[in-house]
Amino acid sequence: MAEFFQFLMSGLTVGAVYALVALGFTLIYNASDVVNFAQGEFVMLGGMVTVFVAAAGVPLPLAALIAVTVAVAVGLLLYWLAIEPARGAPAVTLIIITIGASILLRGAAQMLFDKQFHKLPSFSGDAPINLFGAAVQPQSFWVLGGAAVIVLLLYVFLERTVLGKAVLATAANRLAARLVGINTTTVMALAFGGSAAIGAVAGILITPITLTSYDVGTLLALKGFAAAMLGGMGNPLGAVAGGLLLGLLEAFGAGYLSSTYKDAFAFIVILVVLFAMPQGLFGRRVVERV
Amino acid sequence: MARGGLHVLEVSNLHSAYGRIGVLKGVSLEVRTGEVVALIGSNGAGKTTLLRALSGVQPISSGEIRFLGARIDRLPPHRRVERGMTQAPEGRQVFGPLSVEDNLRLGAYMRRDGEIEQDRERVFAMFPVLREKRHLVAGGLSGGQQQMLALGRALMGKPKLLLLDEPSLGLSPILVDQILAAIVALKASGITVLLVEQNATAALGIADRGYVLETGRIALTGAAAALLSDPKVKAAYLGAD
Repeated sequence: MAEFFQFLMSGLTVGAVYALVALGFTLIYNASDVVNFAQGEFVMLGGMVTVFVAAAGVPLPLAALIAVTVAVAVGLLLYWLAIEPARGAPAVTLIIITIGASILLRGAAQMLFDKQFHKLPSFSGDAPINLFGAAVQPQSFWVLGGAAVIVLLLYVFLERTVLGKAVLATAANRLAARLVGINTTTVMALAFGGSAAIGAVAGILITPITLTSYDVGTLLALKGFAAAMLGGMGNPLGAVAGGLLLGLLEAFGAGYLSSTYKDAFAFIVILVVLFAMPQGLFGRRVVERV
Repeated sequence: MARGGLHVLEVSNLHSAYGRIGVLKGVSLEVRTGEVVALIGSNGAGKTTLLRALSGVQPISSGEIRFLGARIDRLPPHRRVERGMTQAPEGRQVFGPLSVEDNLRLGAYMRRDGEIEQDRERVFAMFPVLREKRHLVAGGLSGGQQQMLALGRALMGKPKLLLLDEPSLGLSPILVDQILAAIVALKASGITVLLVEQNATAALGIADRGYVLETGRIALTGAAAALLSDPKVKAAYLGAD
């Protein structure tokens, strides 16, 4: 039983990070139809910038804030310099642009920082907390709590503010959104900035547990994308559920079956799910209007 | 030509194309304060393209659009809404996943005044069924109700000029009458309307003047009553000989 809770907690922890990455995918996809494969690089920037700014003597909370700011700036630049000028291009072109941006950011990080792995100190010590016999790192609660706060903030923003509803309206019907006076360019910039912030926070929260380096973004983007697809692309709640589910699949698969095939196991389950339900677990059926 | 007080909208020599295919080939028209002007024409004549060009969501290649005397053809769509030109687009373009109430609230997106609540009540008074379904998602409404919602949403922008694209499309005769009555009521309340319709009889029946658009050009214009009795219009658009 202790083992079960151990796997459960580690699955939820890593799942929360996947959920945040998936949420970033969802936000940008909804506002602009772009699947942003540079999403993982925001996570990398969050961790790496915090590490290096903190190493320069800046207190950790301030370093984290700087890292989020840098990621948001990069997200906005990505939108204004690469996506906006190509507006009207087919979605595939835009996706390839984001892949290019991802490679560029990784290369820049490799030159600007280094190729080593880096660690951040845990936010509240390393003494494990005993939970139903499982030894849980305190940082796990930071990750879970941080993810919960972000999901809640995003929910309140989308459901309770006019600007948030404008984002949803843009996602639902871009033409109608423009006709009521919503500046859809601003909404898309907002989505890129917001996604970058969410990704950076995820990167900062997880770095004390998993370490970070210039290339952590690649696999995270892949996992986050898989989670978003699993939950149903474009559905924020689906993204969170898909992320947590993917984390749990990995943890239990690695724990009970084989840790060698940890990554493969999760992807196989996703393939099976998508084969049976192409819209994802929570995806809406796409109805073609005539 | 008189300017300012008299003309809400002046369009001159407007050209627009999809790729290399010209859709608007030099359209000129005007809408005066307080008028309901009908724009009729067959499918593919460019009616929807013209309205979209007026709202700024369809690029134009040349020509001028003046709204309340000022050039607006270089302004982005939201600046045109801000100046008082709103549009209910063709084909039930509501925000499907959002509630009826949210759809109406977003119609007032550019407004910063405190009367949004009252205006929503006015829309509800005009279409009581929307009040009943205010908390339901717009995508679940019937076609006619979505059309009412799209119209109500355009009204929430407090328009000086309301552009209506095929408001009667696909509706039952009773609903068509209800929408037409609503347009007449809007005119009475001082809103100027440019109405695009394939249903020429209905449109000219409530309009002051009309334009006939044929393959991107204005083919004919005149008082609505005159167009209704024009043999060419009758033959081509009114289904009579």
